[in-house]
Amino acid sequence: MRIKCPLCGERDRREFYYKGAAIDLARPAPDAGDVAWDDYIHNRENPAGRTKDLWQHEMGCSAWLVVERNTVTHEIYGVELAENVKRGMK
Amino acid sequence: MAELIAKTPCDGLLPITSETVSLTELTPSAITSFMPYKGREKAASTALKKACGMALPGPNEASGTEGARAIWSGRGQCFILDTGVPADLATEGAITDQSDAWAVMQLAGAGAQDVLARLVPVDLRLAAFKPGQTVRTEMQHMMASITRSGDTSFDIMVMRSFAKTAVHDLHEAMKSVAARG
Amino acid sequence: MRISNKGLIDRSTAVSFTFDGKTVDGFAGDTVASAALAQGRKVFGRSFKYHRPRGVMTTGSEEPNALVTLHSGAAQDPNIRATTQEIYEGLQVRGQNAWPSVDRDLMGVNDLFAPFFGAGFYYKTFMWPGALWEKLWEPMIRRAAGLGALSGEDDTSRNEKAYAFCDLLVIGAGPAGLMAALTAARAGADVILADEDARPGGRLLLEDEEIDGKPGHVWAADITAELMGMDNVRVMTRTTVTGAFDQGTYGALERVTQHIAAPSDDMPLECFWRIVAKRAVLAAGALERSVAFANNDRPGIMMAGAVRGYLNRYGVAAGQKVAVFGNNDNAWKTARDLQAAGVEIAALIDSRSDVTPQGDFPVITGGLVSDTRGRGALKEITVQSASGEQKIAVDCLGVSGGWNPSVHMLCHMNGRPAWDEATQSFLPVDNMVPGLAPAGAAAGHFSTQAALESGINEANQALTDLGLNTTDTKAPQAEDGAYNITGLWEVPHESKGYKRAWLDFQNDVSTKDVRLAAKENYASVEHMKRYTTQGMAPDQGKNSNVNALAILADATGRDIPTTGTTTFRPPYVPVSLAALGAGARGKGFAPERFVTSHQATVDRNAPMIEAGLWYRPSYYPRPGEKTWLESCNREVISIRNAVGVTDVSTLGKIDIQGPDAGAFLDFVYTNMFSTLKVGRVRYGLMLREDGHVMDDGTTARLGENHYVTTTTTAAAGQVMKHMEFVHQALCPDMDVRFISVTEQWAQFAVAGPKSRELLNTVLDDKIDNDSWPFMACGDVTLSGVKGRLFRISFSGEHAYEIAVPSRYGDALFRDLVSRAEVLGGGAYGMEALNVLRIEKGFITHAEIHGRVTAFDIGMGRMVSGKKDCIGKTASERPGLHGDHREQMVGLKPVDAGQNLSNGAHLFFADDDITADNSRGYVTSVGYSPTLDTYLALGFLENGPAHYGKKIRFKDHLRGIDTMVEVCNPVFLDPEGGRSRG
Repeated sequence: MRIKCPLCGERDRREFYYKGAAIDLARPAPDAGDVAWDDYIHNRENPAGRTKDLWQHEMGCSAWLVVERNTVTHEIYGVELAENVKRGMK
Repeated sequence: MAELIAKTPCDGLLPITSETVSLTELTPSAITSFMPYKGREKAASTALKKACGMALPGPNEASGTEGARAIWSGRGQCFILDTGVPADLATEGAITDQSDAWAVMQLAGAGAQDVLARLVPVDLRLAAFKPGQTVRTEMQHMMASITRSGDTSFDIMVMRSFAKTAVHDLHEAMKSVAARG
Repeated sequence: MRISNKGLIDRSTAVSFTFDGKTVDGFAGDTVASAALAQGRKVFGRSFKYHRPRGVMTTGSEEPNALVTLHSGAAQDPNIRATTQEIYEGLQVRGQNAWPSVDRDLMGVNDLFAPFFGAGFYYKTFMWPGALWEKLWEPMIRRAAGLGALSGEDDTSRNEKAYAFCDLLVIGAGPAGLMAALTAARAGADVILADEDARPGGRLLLEDEEIDGKPGHVWAADITAELMGMDNVRVMTRTTVTGAFDQGTYGALERVTQHIAAPSDDMPLECFWRIVAKRAVLAAGALERSVAFANNDRPGIMMAGAVRGYLNRYGVAAGQKVAVFGNNDNAWKTARDLQAAGVEIAALIDSRSDVTPQGDFPVITGGLVSDTRGRGALKEITVQSASGEQKIAVDCLGVSGGWNPSVHMLCHMNGRPAWDEATQSFLPVDNMVPGLAPAGAAAGHFSTQAALESGINEANQALTDLGLNTTDTKAPQAEDGAYNITGLWEVPHESKGYKRAWLDFQNDVSTKDVRLAAKENYASVEHMKRYTTQGMAPDQGKNSNVNALAILADATGRDIPTTGTTTFRPPYVPVSLAALGAGARGKGFAPERFVTSHQATVDRNAPMIEAGLWYRPSYYPRPGEKTWLESCNREVISIRNAVGVTDVSTLGKIDIQGPDAGAFLDFVYTNMFSTLKVGRVRYGLMLREDGHVMDDGTTARLGENHYVTTTTTAAAGQVMKHMEFVHQALCPDMDVRFISVTEQWAQFAVAGPKSRELLNTVLDDKIDNDSWPFMACGDVTLSGVKGRLFRISFSGEHAYEIAVPSRYGDALFRDLVSRAEVLGGGAYGMEALNVLRIEKGFITHAEIHGRVTAFDIGMGRMVSGKKDCIGKTASERPGLHGDHREQMVGLKPVDAGQNLSNGAHLFFADDDITADNSRGYVTSVGYSPTLDTYLALGFLENGPAHYGKKIRFKDHLRGIDTMVEVCNPVFLDPEGGRSRG
């Protein structure tokens, strides 16, 4: 598997650390309530198809990335810097 | 107290050579990390150019010349080698002394890229990785910075505590490449 | 038998080797199989299950039968295919899966029990009765399992891994692959051409045909020479591409020295390549398949293409009287080539009735080989035809059931090929693996001319995809015959007796097994495969899977497309774990990290312990000390009474700067750092977002916008990653920058009542309690070297940590230790460090092991109410605090002489010792020489409520069952006067 880091270019999967679903970017407000926090911390989809994950280019530039990929075909649709995705969420 | 004696990271480990490739320790007089603050990238680059003679390198780039070099070292970060960074640049970005944090080695000679091909999952063939280019990558599970520093030379940085393993792994690869002829 | 004037071997270079101790004389260019066949060997191995004698069937890596073991002792290498192993002088080859030898195998008795070992034998037999499993079946299977055996010795052979990159990877150097590589290379693309043979050419080396008027092998050599002369081409011989992976990554196994008698010690046996290719062409050719007829496995029965292959490439006639049995035009080439070389053709039997005989040899059309005879080697075949049954004496039978394109690699990412009636084979469909295009026979282009043209076409397509210019490379003139075939999978035979028609030769699967599977409703091809083990041997059923599913289709009344194929998975050929894990042996397994005091510590004979990748001293033995505990006790006491020194550089150190540095720390830690005074240090606790403790450590404020935070050794990487995540993914607009400075500073703890006295002998400016009170920090100089001093304590004593740039670490450590020794102390190791912190109730990752909350360790109040932080909301959930939680307590044995142990469970005195009644567990234990008793830290339900209570301490593993008193975890100096002293 190869991921195209927006800073470093395409690199082997072994340089990257996998965290999990990109939902981690959407941290609820402290008073958002149990359901919102439960969903944020514990509940995850397990899609057969498109998914967005958080990866870190740990052995490279150390940027956190949002990788949109397909869990069935393994196609990678795009990679963005997590900081830019987060800024776009506001 | 008596004077403290300094030791380099690869003390007692280098140099080593194979038939065509040599591995030697480099001891830059200083290594300083520089990380521009939010929105200060341009100003930081200008200030760096004025102070040290080279602009802030972009991703995968190394700039400067012998005596003052800047090597991109990650997201929003570069290392300034061989020259001090004036304290007034601290208004533009975070400055940290890294002079003792890294073991710096130079792998040089015909086939040096073949040695690295046994350790590094990045295309470092001479045609693909030109002088002035740098990568942050891994070398056998170790975080590394590798810069093409000359015709057949590569400057390799690993964290100081890994020096012995890095030299061991490079030496094994050098022997293997030499044996293949 | 050698045929003169045939073959590509070097007859001027004789090479001898041994097979089961007998000398075999061959020539340079021979394989074990070709040389042994030339010398008349028939039996090359014994079959896996029934130990039936088996001969060589093929010329390639798909060989199911002729598996041998090379070498002996530590270098013993089993399951090597005799058909690909090149010979060299002195090579030792042994047959395997047989005792005492493949020629006379006493385990052949298994074959007599064959009726008991049918499909599903394992599933049916081992389910009942259960008691027999351990006593009978498991030992029996263990004895019989596997093919060749390992030596049991430590294999010290050297292996290697490497990475390669290219524009176009061409897999296979037959006519299609050579043309594809040439086309792309002439256009300037970066090309890797990989072929598993020692010599490029593929099928051209095995056929007697011409290209552009030259013998095929000469043309192949010419093209190879041209390619090898180009800078943009890398020709990798003896290299099998083993798998296709995501985003253009391919695995490839290179056999580097298996063909060399005495390679240099620095040469690897094998190299496993990870090749990244923008585009790839699969020119892997096609593999011939057999036909299932009774006793089709006798030595001497080979694939028809292999029979002529041995003739054309090695000058070897596999028999003196040869018959050929086929269902397609290609089989006729075997009869023609052999006859032209002077070998007697007893008969060509074609199952088709509508073919016109050609050639000057006996032909039986509409004929079927229905049985064979010959113990140990083929002697006679039985042929059925319109004119009745006849028996023909032969010592070799070439069989061709047709050719299967090698589509394996295209299926490695879930692609499924489609059945093609015309060629009676599965052919690739589009886009099975992104970027990988089949060419030549792998794509169903069976004539040489068509293969050459398809190689050019696929290379040009790849060049176009890559935006490179194409050149007008033209295909040379070559054989362009038609390939007509009529499907034939099985020749019916009487079902009585032991007669079986074999499909999977390597796993001993017969047509009966497949039909039985269908009958027992394992009708899906995947179920049939697992029930019968069809295709599950190391050869993965390369020349049998299609036959097996055709028979399954017949047995279940379906057609082949409906029945479908099983999934091909990597690797294409067996790959040794040694090659996959190359470089990971011994010291290569993981990097080692050494602190600057390492040599000084080794000089003092301290045993080292591993802390993650780091090496840290366990204890520093002194003359007369017999056990680690004696040394540890002495070190603890010397710190409580004088001063000790230890290296704490392994703790993570993160330099944090910027206008928002304080705010950022407030967000990642539970407590406040924006309120910390410059020049002061504060202890901090870090939670995961789920409310559990992640890590702890101290943070020093060096300036208004400048902090240095420390992490535990174990969590240094995790905390850095976490902070980068929080910054980039949760609050990217915070103006803060951080970088690890762990390696920049050599940092030593100096602990004990005489710590300041010691430091004042090395600091350029002396300190006292007013200038450097508890939790103060700042810059210092030592002989002019700039360092940092932190007054912090992990021992409960008056203590400091002093940091200098790492280059001075060795010198400073040696100096501090010798000064400490003068003051009655010295260096101390991790054992003493652990006792010191247990006496004080300080936590490590033994306590904050991932399931505890701030509340559980008595730090609930450190979660500041004034601000949000990571983990705060979750930590407030009802389940994560309260009386039901297991909370940290101290434990002291009631009997002071009693030892305690980690991992014990805690029970109330009156409860039965059952898992349900466990009230908690023990995380840290040490003997305190200060208090002359063992001490423990642990977690107990509603712990603090039980202070003073005596409870039961039970360690089932170490047999400790004793009473302990529950107490506050701070055993020593609860007021903290010592550290402020």
